Amino acid sequence: MSPYQSDTGADSPTNKPLMAVAAVLLMIPVVGLLWVGSYAAVEPVVAGFPFFIWYQFMWVFLCSACTAAALRLIRMARPRQTGGRR
Amino acid sequence: MNAGVNYTALAVLVALFLLVTVMGFWASNWRRSENQESLDEWGLGGRTFGVWITWFLLGGDLYTAYTFVAVPAAMFATGAVAGFFAVPYTIILYPIIFIYMARLWSVSYRHSYVTSADFVRGRYGSRELALAVSVTGILATMPYIALQLVGIQAVLEVVGLGGTGNVFMNDLPLLIAFTLLAAYTYSAGLRAPAMIAFVKDTLIYLVILVAIVYLPSKVGGWAHVFEAARLKMTSVNPATGAPVGVFIPAAQSYWAYATLALGSAMALFMYPHSITATLSSRSRNTIRQNATILPAYSFVLGLLALLGWVAIAAGTKPIGLDGKVNAQLVIPQLFEDYFPGWFAGVAFAAVAIGALVPAAIMSIAAANTFTRNIYREWINPHATHAQETSVSKIVSLLVKGFALVFVLTLDKQNAINFQLLGGIWILQTFPAIVFGLYTRWFHSWGLLAGWAVGMTYGTVTAYNLVNPVTGNHFGGSVAMIPVIGQLGYIALTAFALNALIAAVGTVVLNVVKVPQGRDETTPQCYLADEGDPRVEKRLEHTLPSI
Repeated sequence: MSPYQSDTGADSPTNKPLMAVAAVLLMIPVVGLLWVGSYAAVEPVVAGFPFFIWYQFMWVFLCSACTAAALRLIRMARPRQTGGRR
Repeated sequence: MNAGVNYTALAVLVALFLLVTVMGFWASNWRRSENQESLDEWGLGGRTFGVWITWFLLGGDLYTAYTFVAVPAAMFATGAVAGFFAVPYTIILYPIIFIYMARLWSVSYRHSYVTSADFVRGRYGSRELALAVSVTGILATMPYIALQLVGIQAVLEVVGLGGTGNVFMNDLPLLIAFTLLAAYTYSAGLRAPAMIAFVKDTLIYLVILVAIVYLPSKVGGWAHVFEAARLKMTSVNPATGAPVGVFIPAAQSYWAYATLALGSAMALFMYPHSITATLSSRSRNTIRQNATILPAYSFVLGLLALLGWVAIAAGTKPIGLDGKVNAQLVIPQLFEDYFPGWFAGVAFAAVAIGALVPAAIMSIAAANTFTRNIYREWINPHATHAQETSVSKIVSLLVKGFALVFVLTLDKQNAINFQLLGGIWILQTFPAIVFGLYTRWFHSWGLLAGWAVGMTYGTVTAYNLVNPVTGNHFGGSVAMIPVIGQLGYIALTAFALNALIAAVGTVVLNVVKVPQGRDETTPQCYLADEGDPRVEKRLEHTLPSI
């Protein structure tokens, strides 16, 4: 038994399903952008921008949304450790 | 175009430079704590930075002046695979670091680790593996600092300073800038770049947003910009008989594009300067909150990359003071051609100050690594906190001096080659650090063997890449991946080999029962947060290892 056992939040066990959903959310942008064949195209052009360009810009926002959602889920899954104080 | 000095731009550049110099010196009073002697203070800003300071600091640290010069230069010269991969790279970076950097923060907070090699030392009880990680970190960081100087040089050259006359006068502005940087970094530590980062990031956002709104309309609109880029990239280079570059990657470049993005994203937070900025934050989730807001910089980097193509449509001629074409001058030249002197000055200041922030953090990080993992580990094991801090401060000066000599005496292609190698090398510390955050299964000697193989393979493969036009070695970052048979980022191939050797080596070493060091961490250390008790060093030997 470690002397640290007390401050790990043993009273509020980690919610595994929520953690799994968070992990999937984090995987989505990685898969989306590494699958280059899915977006290496000129069409459809939007406002002069080839698909290849605007699609990757779009992922900046999608990725932020995914990581923000994952952070919320992790805080719910591990309420004591992640605290959310600041 | 380069006839003489652009005095308006130079005046604005100098004024903004003086502003950050004053801020840099003043920073030593900022958020000052009582415990000045500890390396935590000088080297990690007291580990007190909250979400917003960390956002500016990491943004200022990761998106370096060299990035701002090199990415559009690559877009201008060879197109999307060499240049635009920076966008997916700096997007997938954040979900990736979201996963493991919080664990590194926690265990480092718990055990007062200042560097990643400190963690490796504590986790595996192996001073040899820790040495390998620290030496790799220092080697990879040095050329990166040198390249920040190349960023400043590009700006000075377009303003009209340097390039002609005697050697001393040429390099004087750079020498002054770097001496001032060294002085305030010495006195204020990490607080100096943290404070200057506010100015740097504000200028960068301002300049790029103005440029991206204003410039395309001046050169015929976005549709024309992309058409001009397509024409240039698909035209045939007479020297090679192949297309000049890549407009949109074709099937044979998919692997290169994806592996460059993934390998670079995995490597970035293995650099000492990224870890220093992360560990300076106040709580476990600061880095995760930052992972949700740092992509703002990636958006700006993407816009900047597109300016490389805007320059194609604008017909920008990036010719240096020596009369040769130098793609790295393309963005400063574009600004000088299209903006009034004062705004060009603001843009140049953004690049120059953009070089100071990462150069300061990198030199601090390299100095911390030297102090903790070479000086204290191998030279003076009983070093006091005060001794550690003074060694670190001196080493930060030496590191900068070395970078300066490197840039001023060698061809800058050397710095670029070494930085390319640095990216390959630093990824080879990933197994020891990141695998170690999750499992103690790997044997420390197995990890060391994997590291050695990855370093050797990566270096040799990069050396053997010969540029077909110039005949020089280190001709690029992508090479044929064995087994898969596609072009891919050398660093990632070396990493795969590294991980494989580490795993096989672990099995073998366990079979023959080779002993290894003690793990001073417990599973709870990896989840510790701000306010949790920290481990007193004197207790170390009484703790049970789980």
